[in-house]
Amino acid sequence: MAFLDRTARAFLLTELVKGMALTFRYSFKKKATINYPYEKGRLSPRFRGEHALRRYANGEERCIACKLCEAICPAQAITIEAEPRADGSRRTTRYDIDMTKCIYCGFCQEACPVDAIVEGPNFEFATETREELMYNKDKLLANGERWEREIAANLAADAPYR
Amino acid sequence: MTVTALVFYLFAAITVASGFMVISARNPVHSVLFLILAFFNAAGLFLLLGAEFLAMILVIVYVGAVAVLFLFVVMMLDVNFVELRQGFLQYLPVGALIGLILLVELLLVFGSWSVLPEAGNLAAARAPDAATLSNTDALGRILYTQYLLPFQAAGAILLVAMIGAIVLTLRSRPGVKRQKISDQVTRTMETAVEVKKVQPGQGI
Amino acid sequence: MFLELLIILAKIFAIILPLLLAVAFTTLLDRKVWAMMQLRKGPNVVGPFGLLQPFADGLKLLFKETIIPAGANKGVFLIAPVLTFTLALIAWAVIPFGDGIVLADINVGILYLFAISSLGVYGIIMGGWASNSKYPFLGGLRSAAQMVSYEVSIGFVMVTVLLCVGSLNLNDIVKAQETVWFAIPLFPMFVVFFISALAETNRPPFDLPEAESELVAGFQIEYSSISFALFMLGEYGNIILMSAMTSLLFLGGWQPISLFGLLDWIPGPIWFFAKTFLVLFTFCWVKATVPRYRYDQLMRLGWKVFLPFSLFWLVLTAGFLVTFDLLPVKG
Repeated sequence: MAFLDRTARAFLLTELVKGMALTFRYSFKKKATINYPYEKGRLSPRFRGEHALRRYANGEERCIACKLCEAICPAQAITIEAEPRADGSRRTTRYDIDMTKCIYCGFCQEACPVDAIVEGPNFEFATETREELMYNKDKLLANGERWEREIAANLAADAPYR
Repeated sequence: MTVTALVFYLFAAITVASGFMVISARNPVHSVLFLILAFFNAAGLFLLLGAEFLAMILVIVYVGAVAVLFLFVVMMLDVNFVELRQGFLQYLPVGALIGLILLVELLLVFGSWSVLPEAGNLAAARAPDAATLSNTDALGRILYTQYLLPFQAAGAILLVAMIGAIVLTLRSRPGVKRQKISDQVTRTMETAVEVKKVQPGQGI
Repeated sequence: MFLELLIILAKIFAIILPLLLAVAFTTLLDRKVWAMMQLRKGPNVVGPFGLLQPFADGLKLLFKETIIPAGANKGVFLIAPVLTFTLALIAWAVIPFGDGIVLADINVGILYLFAISSLGVYGIIMGGWASNSKYPFLGGLRSAAQMVSYEVSIGFVMVTVLLCVGSLNLNDIVKAQETVWFAIPLFPMFVVFFISALAETNRPPFDLPEAESELVAGFQIEYSSISFALFMLGEYGNIILMSAMTSLLFLGGWQPISLFGLLDWIPGPIWFFAKTFLVLFTFCWVKATVPRYRYDQLMRLGWKVFLPFSLFWLVLTAGFLVTFDLLPVKG
């Protein structure tokens, strides 16, 4: 009897029909994808995107050229050169990130004692040339100014868990 | 009809030219492709004669199946035809002789056809009325009445040849594991999966 | 004479232009259905609902560089896509769109279709061989073996249908289904035909010739630009052709659904297109549902399952027709 049952099922292609019915039902379900360039998904406050160098509220740049980020960077994407400034404070003269090397591990922002280098929420920074991905200090500071509001909000949201 | 004549000469010329290319092309794959072109144009000639069934069968059987296998074999074998051609002059007399014999035989067949009145009558008597019967119908009627025995014999010979080919290539090796799909499909969850309740820190 | 030629040319254009449009939109339908069943949106940016996507794709391919590999056999390499495309188009000469609405109403229409579809393998095998590259060659060989195998069962299915009709003319085949579509009495053959059609057009689950996980893109690897586009057009043209054939042989072509004559006012071509579309949708549906066959399983299915089964059903049909004296043509 079991044999008959099996044979009948095999010849009637029951499993195929079941599968087809399943995919057909699924076609009416709510779409799992979003309409990307027009809609975007929610990002976690811990999202690690494009880098930015932040400033204090008074406009002074945070980075003190301790080179901890340069030391910890596993991809060796960061290059820093530092000199004492005219007022005697220690500041960077050069802060480069090779974005083609960066693996977005977030170690630099973990290492930073003054929250200067951070990975912001921006993930849409594709470029047309390779050279544009070699970020220098100006570019990073400009990023910091552009994304300061979001970065500050993210840091505040994540602060209780640090 | 001039158009029909023109089309005939077109088909015939391409058939002959590609037939020539079959034996003269350097690349064996090109030879087979020209052979296919020749088949195709021969089908066109059949069409001109009003034998549409034969034309289609020629395309289906020879172009669609046989020539594909030809192509398959030629591509796989990587035959060096230049090497094969080395003894060309040596074999030329024998080849020419065989060709000549074939030509004479063909001439004899067609000669008797047109010379002997009986042969002509025989052919005319068999020809069905083209106006009332379609080509396919006529072929079917003649194959399964007048020529039933030769037709069946041809079928039997093909069957024997097929069985022969299978017997020659079939070898049963001991100890070969084969996939038994029905066994795999009929396996149920009960025979395949065992669910165990594992207490924490106990292990199985 | 001249006028006749002109009329024939006009008829050819009247078939080919909508056909090419249909091919373009079939690529979109394919992607949309596939996306729908995978809970995605599919192309929706170019034009409303992504309707202009096929044209964007076509333009993109048109402006790309045609690359001919240095080791390729140039002549054969270029002929192959043209052959595929041409074969996909010329088959439409005998397809009846409505009662008698057909370009060439020949006696052996079904054989013509079968012959043309069996020629389709040449484009692929020639392209695969002429590329002079490993993966395309493997793809070409696979497709040759696959198409020859499944043609056999398609042939038997066709013979079964022909037994019930008694004519090789496609118009007659459709007319014979006035009372009941052949999909109902010959349902197993309908299924066999549909699955074999999937194999014949290299559609999933039988897309072994281009199996991207093992052969990258099979015979299409070395093709680019317009030659690739021609391959794609030919492939989708063949898919539409097979759908049209399925609807002609089994779903009553341009015959309306009877329903007490309520729907008879809808003209034949519309019925034909609707049925073809339904089969086309099923093609895409199957693609979204099943995984790809392994090569030896494909061969097993073709030779050990479909061939004996269709042969058995052919004999059964013939026996039934003779026993109950239902043969359409009396000897």
